[in-house]
Amino acid sequence: MNMIEALTAARPGSGKTRAAAPARRRLLDQDWRRLACAGAVLAVGQVFIALTGMPVTFDRRLLIDPILSLGYLALLWLPPVVGNWVGREQVLEGMAAYAKGGRDVVAGAMAGLLGNLGLTLLVLGITHFDVRDPLVHWSPQLLGILEFDQSVWLGALVWPAIGAATGALGGAMHWMGDKTARTMVLALSTVFAAAVLESVIVDLSQGFHIEAVSDWLYGPQRGLTLAATAVIVAVAVAASAGFSWARAASGRTAPQASAQPDAAGAGSLPAQTAWRRIPARKLLGWAFAPAAIIVLPLFLGRLTNELLANVGLFILLALGLNIIVGLAGILDLGYVAFFAVGGYSVAVLTSPGSPRFDPEIPWFGALFAAMLLAGLAGLLIGAPVIRMRGDYLAVVTLGFGEIIRILLLSDWLSGTFNGAQGITNIPGVEVFGLATVRGFEPRSVLYLVLFFCAIAIYVSWRLENSRIGRAWMAVREDESVAEAMGVDTVSAKIMAFVTGAVLGSFSGAILSAKVGSVFPHSFAIIVSIVILVVVIFGGMGNIAGVVAGAVVLIGVLGGPNQPGLLQEFAEYKILIYGALLVWMMLQRPEGLIPSARRARELQANDVNQDAWLRAQPAGRATDDAGGTSDRGRP
Amino acid sequence: MSARPMLEIAGLHVEFGGLHALNKLDFTVEEGEIVAVIGPNGAGKTTFFNVISGMVEPTGGTLAFEGQSLLGLDPNKITARGIARTFQNVRLFNNMTVLENVMVSQHCRTRQRVFDALLQTRRFRTEEALVRDRGKEVLGFFGTRLTGYRFDQPASVLSYANRRRLEIARAMATDPKLILLDEPVAGMNPVESAELTQLIGKLRDEMGYTIVLIEHDMSVVRNISDRVVVLDHGEAIARGTYAEVSANPQVIEAYLGQTTDRN
Ligand SMILES: Nc1ncnc2c1ncn2[C@@H]1O[C@H](COP(=O)(O)OP(=O)(O)OP(=O)(O)O)[C@@H](O)[C@H]1O
Ligand SMILES: [Mg+2]
Repeated sequence: MNMIEALTAARPGSGKTRAAAPARRRLLDQDWRRLACAGAVLAVGQVFIALTGMPVTFDRRLLIDPILSLGYLALLWLPPVVGNWVGREQVLEGMAAYAKGGRDVVAGAMAGLLGNLGLTLLVLGITHFDVRDPLVHWSPQLLGILEFDQSVWLGALVWPAIGAATGALGGAMHWMGDKTARTMVLALSTVFAAAVLESVIVDLSQGFHIEAVSDWLYGPQRGLTLAATAVIVAVAVAASAGFSWARAASGRTAPQASAQPDAAGAGSLPAQTAWRRIPARKLLGWAFAPAAIIVLPLFLGRLTNELLANVGLFILLALGLNIIVGLAGILDLGYVAFFAVGGYSVAVLTSPGSPRFDPEIPWFGALFAAMLLAGLAGLLIGAPVIRMRGDYLAVVTLGFGEIIRILLLSDWLSGTFNGAQGITNIPGVEVFGLATVRGFEPRSVLYLVLFFCAIAIYVSWRLENSRIGRAWMAVREDESVAEAMGVDTVSAKIMAFVTGAVLGSFSGAILSAKVGSVFPHSFAIIVSIVILVVVIFGGMGNIAGVVAGAVVLIGVLGGPNQPGLLQEFAEYKILIYGALLVWMMLQRPEGLIPSARRARELQANDVNQDAWLRAQPAGRATDDAGGTSDRGRP
Repeated sequence: MSARPMLEIAGLHVEFGGLHALNKLDFTVEEGEIVAVIGPNGAGKTTFFNVISGMVEPTGGTLAFEGQSLLGLDPNKITARGIARTFQNVRLFNNMTVLENVMVSQHCRTRQRVFDALLQTRRFRTEEALVRDRGKEVLGFFGTRLTGYRFDQPASVLSYANRRRLEIARAMATDPKLILLDEPVAGMNPVESAELTQLIGKLRDEMGYTIVLIEHDMSVVRNISDRVVVLDHGEAIARGTYAEVSANPQVIEAYLGQTTDRN
């Protein structure tokens, strides 16, 4: 027993060796500099949001029927976030942590108050000055929103109060304890999700003929009703409580359960047998999910099917880019080129409106040609850039992306691609006489997209766990070492380009048939960027992450030319994409769903280690226990 | 075995913008030998390895492995010929698992194509199983340190000594004839270093690899090397057994000279 243990054990009243309760701080014992800083940042942020025009544009969209519109939400979310940040205390090693308490709440409130004083100034500014010339949104409409259509003084006074209240809430999150805070976040996000998903839910309830549910949930002018909001909050709170109870219950039994199989098969190692221990529940889920995905579109309306088809197109693109960027680690900023090759190949070959190639061939034939051409484009773009590294490569691919668009637009090739007029009249897809996929039947498009998504997921999954997949990962990790370890890096990288190109061309081919026309401007550089953001946001190198990224970003915000659930965002899509990307890079560079494999390994470490040690014969186990630390072995 | 040495290097020259990192170096390795390359910091030892493994293009000289020239070959082709290496500053594939590290380095010994993986052909499945088993076998060479739950851990969580071991395992998995070890025991404590020295002996005696190693730790060099070559300023200033070389006045001066430079 060392000194400290001896001392603490000797102290009367503390049987266990536990640190003394952390000290409590007085309410006004604040880090004033940090507070002022947070207040200033918040003020700038709020005024910026106001002046981008978001509150005015979004005000049309009600979230909760009479009381909250998306416009007001745009001005409400930042204070609690900043309040939360101010209330968070950085505890460095060796520093004593203080108890969470009223002080954090006060900090949050003050930051919120200070920040929203920015809005007060804005209200006063708009009433007294006119700088509409540079600032288009410095407008009476904005003023109307900021003063709640009442009086200037009301607006000027209420905003700081709102800031203080919401900031205090943010600060209080630390104090409440994890469980309460989580419940609160869950409740708020469920309400938000329910409001955002309105059109999908309405659509679904029509599909299932339970309109009563959606009529009750949503008011006549869109937006959740108050009663529905209250019920959703109650359900979320109950679910959260139930969930943590269930987790506590399973936590008590889990260690035994997981140790059992390992202990039984003494020599066999946990990793080898892992697949055998997949619970039946999970297998059922795997069978159920595809079934649900196949059946669900039947119950969805046009709008939702259309939305999902767009999401699917981007899932395809993102999966393709994921092979290039996520697996092989090649930063390709011109991925849209392959999308364009797919789209235009199908357009030229199938449309009677295309100037050249008169015998029009069916879509599947054209798809085959598109794959070949895209693969060829992958080779052509891949070959010259393959010897380059990092930044140079990114810049060159960026150039290639633009070159393709400019070629499509050029007079020189207008005999084939029709220049800026694009190619129209692209027919739908005849699926072997069984069905026809046409743009005005979004459900059929969705099925086609789902089919190709399934292919893309299968391809990504199989290749990732194969010789070429390992070679890609090695190239991503350290190219010169990979080469020194016998990996043919040149062909691995070209293979990544070709595979990614083919997957991207699927998406383009479907887009052509879906929209019925293609134009060079559909393949602008922003498409490359959006796909890249989807991949990064979702989680590079991880299939589930990439799919989730596409669902969240394209589904909610919308693609570069496609509307999402929040159609009001259209104007601000790129701004929000940028902000999200910055936030993601700072806070969660591994993405929304980081490579599950890695996460599992890291978490399962301790469990596995213990189980494995227990399974070993006594002598060997202790030998390894010494070896695990690799230091101080006798 | 043919009469020619396994690795034959003559007049090797490497220049980095006026700096002669290697200067008219002659060097041979016979099959089954353990040769140590020593020399003060900056003598050009690592550069020497980089040239053999194809990562640095020499400015002059010849380089032949089993009678065939290595000049102009890409590093992966050289690995395929049967030369594997480790790195002085451990360079594992950190985000890949321990097992994947040794699986990927069997790349040049495997033949499956993309379509095998997509269609899950029999060839794919048997080869994957082989690659996996071979990987485990190679890791098993280091006792239980890299086996068991370790297989599926990312390489980045390993301790320093285990990373060095994994580097050697990764080189072994390429199924080489000649292994180049760049300071294999650097940063290990004396116990670990003695143990690894023994293992390097086993690499030759039991696995049949020929070994060239760079090492600053003289006890390692003394214990396992058949021959020692001393480099200084890119030139071989002495060759012979450890005893011969350590008595050579030029060698002593090279080391002493460097020590005085530093102080
Ligand atoms: N890629 C390079 N470009 C320029 N100079 C280099 C390069 N690689 C090595 N050098 C130089 O060549 C010389 C020899 O370096 P090398 O790394 O081979 O030494 P070393 O004998 O391995 O030293 P140490 O014992 O410190 O590992 C050094 O002066 C080094 O700075
Ligand atoms: Mg060196």
